[in-house]
Amino acid sequence: MQATSKIPTDVSYLEYKGKYKGLLSWILSTDHKRIALLYMYSMMVLFLVGVALGLAMKLELIAPGKTIMEANDYNAVFTVHGVIMIFMIVIPGLPAVFGNFMLPIMIGAKDVAFPKLNLLSWYVYIAGALLVIASLLFGPGTPDTGWTFYAPYSFKTGTNMLPAIFGAFVLGFSSILTGLNFIVTIHRLRAPGMKWTKMPLFPWTLYGTAWIQLLATPVVGITLVLVALERIFGIGVFDPALGGDPILYQHLFWIYSHPAVYVMILPAMGAISEIIPTFSQKHIFGYKAIIASTLAIAFVGYFVWGHHMFTSGMSGTAQYTFSILTFLVAIPSAIKVFNWISTMYKGSIRMETPFYWAASFIFIFMIGGLSGLVLGALSTNIYVHDTAFVVAHFHFIVFGGVGFSFFGAVHYWFPKLYGRMYEKSWANVGWLTFTIGFLALYSPMFYLGMQGMPRRYYDYLEEFHSANILSTLGSWVMTFGLVIILINLYRSSKNGKIASINPWDGKTLEWTVPSPPPVENFDEVPVYGEKDGPYEY
Amino acid sequence: MENEKHHIVSYKTYTVILLVLIALTFISIGITNIELGSFAVTGALLLASVKSFLVLTYFMHLKYDKPYIILMVAFVFAVFLAVIIITFFDYFFR
Repeated sequence: MQATSKIPTDVSYLEYKGKYKGLLSWILSTDHKRIALLYMYSMMVLFLVGVALGLAMKLELIAPGKTIMEANDYNAVFTVHGVIMIFMIVIPGLPAVFGNFMLPIMIGAKDVAFPKLNLLSWYVYIAGALLVIASLLFGPGTPDTGWTFYAPYSFKTGTNMLPAIFGAFVLGFSSILTGLNFIVTIHRLRAPGMKWTKMPLFPWTLYGTAWIQLLATPVVGITLVLVALERIFGIGVFDPALGGDPILYQHLFWIYSHPAVYVMILPAMGAISEIIPTFSQKHIFGYKAIIASTLAIAFVGYFVWGHHMFTSGMSGTAQYTFSILTFLVAIPSAIKVFNWISTMYKGSIRMETPFYWAASFIFIFMIGGLSGLVLGALSTNIYVHDTAFVVAHFHFIVFGGVGFSFFGAVHYWFPKLYGRMYEKSWANVGWLTFTIGFLALYSPMFYLGMQGMPRRYYDYLEEFHSANILSTLGSWVMTFGLVIILINLYRSSKNGKIASINPWDGKTLEWTVPSPPPVENFDEVPVYGEKDGPYEY
Repeated sequence: MENEKHHIVSYKTYTVILLVLIALTFISIGITNIELGSFAVTGALLLASVKSFLVLTYFMHLKYDKPYIILMVAFVFAVFLAVIIITFFDYFFR
């Protein structure tokens, strides 16, 4: 039972005047929706920093030799780009923003199970982000290890590693607290009658993600503490000069960081699983198969970390074990794609902006997934390891997967977030420009990697020049698309047409509450009957 | 949830468990004085496992929780064990 309160049900969460006013009404709010927007605005600022760094890298690579920065600056730029984008944007991205906003509403709850812990998670996130930023601004030099902080270089480099390592450690705590909150919320606060098999798919993916956050994140936390201890005291866990094993660092790092890829991609798949049935006006195909594949990806994803280490010098037995396990993950991923396509089959498809994002997600995710098989196979991995091919695969999955899903989710749930509609024609122009730019930016990297161009170098041979020019031009087109998207969304959040409760004819519970929702979401807690379900079209 | 039953554990039980944990801590320090060779780590891990079991069972209330909570904890340990085993696929065969 959820306690009754005196908070009015006819005032939206954006207009509600609580105990505090102005900025304090946001940064001291325990309302899951306001916390979600706090995350979104913080991430947007950090994302733009990450984009600027990415653009700088691509500009450097427009021609061989030094263009705009020295080699050491390039090392620092790709490190900070990676740390910001991975630890502050894509790992917390969809769970922290749309998980926070939508999870309680989609399961018929007034808030998450621990609202104060939820706000604390945001503060911890900001503290971690500030620590990482401090490593750039103060101390002996910007971290230059890459986002993976590989030993032994991470404890031998003279750059300002400790704040960056500690920042990543603190960011992990935010992730753990959010995961814990979501697990308890889903177990305890589902609407009466909403059995597990009636829960929408986005909450299901958040559930799988939350378990990964809870179980895998402490491993990287401990590992980063060990690197810090190694750096300060020379304890000898990873230092071969003291009898330590640097490959142990890689094991421990990837035991977290590969499941972290599924922390990124599972909620992205969840958002796509919401968008496609709504814009196909059709029951999701294979609801239970999608749930099973979600849990299978979350579970098997724990045991495939070694495919990041095929050339590290680990044993042959471990190499082929990890290779086989990696191929297993492809099966549930393919099941999802099959189910999304089958949902569209004979559906009444509405070509709206969220659908464009979802459809292009499938296309790009397929390319990213299939190129993952090239990297999962031992023989081909050795050939393209540490080349631009890996960068292309990674960005197709993480930016093409998570990024496209995130923008799809923004355009899908925007009317619910702000109670206003965006300008659809500009949204479509933004999507098209962004997608063309994305493909031009990252596709040449597959070719460059196959031709042997290594990643993480600020220089390259003349034979790689033309493909790099295309890639840099792509980065400009993609950024132009991003600017269109952001300006359109910003303007629409202020001046867009008033949105109805259910502008897309969706069937999940968020489309039954006002746009934007009241503080406690529901006048009365919804009750699911025997025949009710999330996708009953 | 206010309408669920709560099992109250007596102070006596908590005190006994606390004393057992303290005793096991002293034992784990004590056995470092005995030359056990390669079994030293095994012994330390066994004692730590017993202590963890007691903490989980009594202090963290698993003994009185619903089966699905126990299942969750068991699942976590199973994943942990699998991760350790797979890691040693590297170390044993290197």
